[in-house]
Amino acid sequence: MKVRVHVSLKPGVLDPQGRAVHHALEGLGFTGVDDVRVGRLVELDVADDTTDAALDEMCRKLLANMVIENYRIEKL
Amino acid sequence: MAFRGAVITFPGSNCDRDMAVALENVSGVPALRVWHGEADLPEALDFIALPGGFSYGDYLRCGAIASRSPVMRSVIAAADRGVPVLGVCNGFQVLTEAGLLPGALMRNAELHFTCRTVPLTVENTQSLFTSGYDAGSTIMLPVAHHDGNYFADDATLDRLEGDGRVAFRYCGAVNGSQRGIAGILNDAGNVLGMMPHPERAVEPELGGTDGRILFESAIRGLVTA
Repeated sequence: MKVRVHVSLKPGVLDPQGRAVHHALEGLGFTGVDDVRVGRLVELDVADDTTDAALDEMCRKLLANMVIENYRIEKL
Repeated sequence: MAFRGAVITFPGSNCDRDMAVALENVSGVPALRVWHGEADLPEALDFIALPGGFSYGDYLRCGAIASRSPVMRSVIAAADRGVPVLGVCNGFQVLTEAGLLPGALMRNAELHFTCRTVPLTVENTQSLFTSGYDAGSTIMLPVAHHDGNYFADDATLDRLEGDGRVAFRYCGAVNGSQRGIAGILNDAGNVLGMMPHPERAVEPELGGTDGRILFESAIRGLVTA
């Protein structure tokens, strides 16, 4: 089973990388971009019987830092 | 009482030798060296140092993978028993990722790798690590990091400040850290994480000796304890 874990900074946490990308987009002439947040995509290839609880645990224990990040699990 | 200090080396640590030399320089006893894959620490340690560097190439997040390495289970257990643990730079990142200190270290606000000597104020002179500093004094220590921007939510920051757990604060803007925080203590006071490098300021030939006081404070505190 393929699983995608989308890790993103929590709302309200300043994202300097997102801000730099936002600035660059403006420099390229793209207008109307209100905000940019840069996250991380982790793709896992796991056994089909991997439980949701196990996936959650992987995210909470390692893939995301729960102090500053949220995660979303997407099964393909 | 002979001092027994250990320096942990992770793949990618690059300040481990400097840390070991600083400990030996101040204590007069060579530091034990421990590889991250060791499940057990040497017996009867007085002091554990997590050095700076780029453990695991800073993959995933700085310090994240190192904080889950076998040796860290023993480091966490030792910290819980009250053994003094100092984490510098990447070592600070490892301590927050391991949950031994609150908060997280994010990319510097200006996105630059910052490598220079900066002034800090010593905010707490009651701790094991800072008792040798004069209250309210300003010291100079080198910083060298890309991800030293300390973040915690307001409630955590209020608690850290209220409990006197902010050990060092930057005098000016360095990396965007919340409330200028450069180093914090755990609740029990035996774990210190800081981005500046005290081990790079232990003799005049290095450009300063303000870091030496930290090691002297800790070692003196331990030997007289």
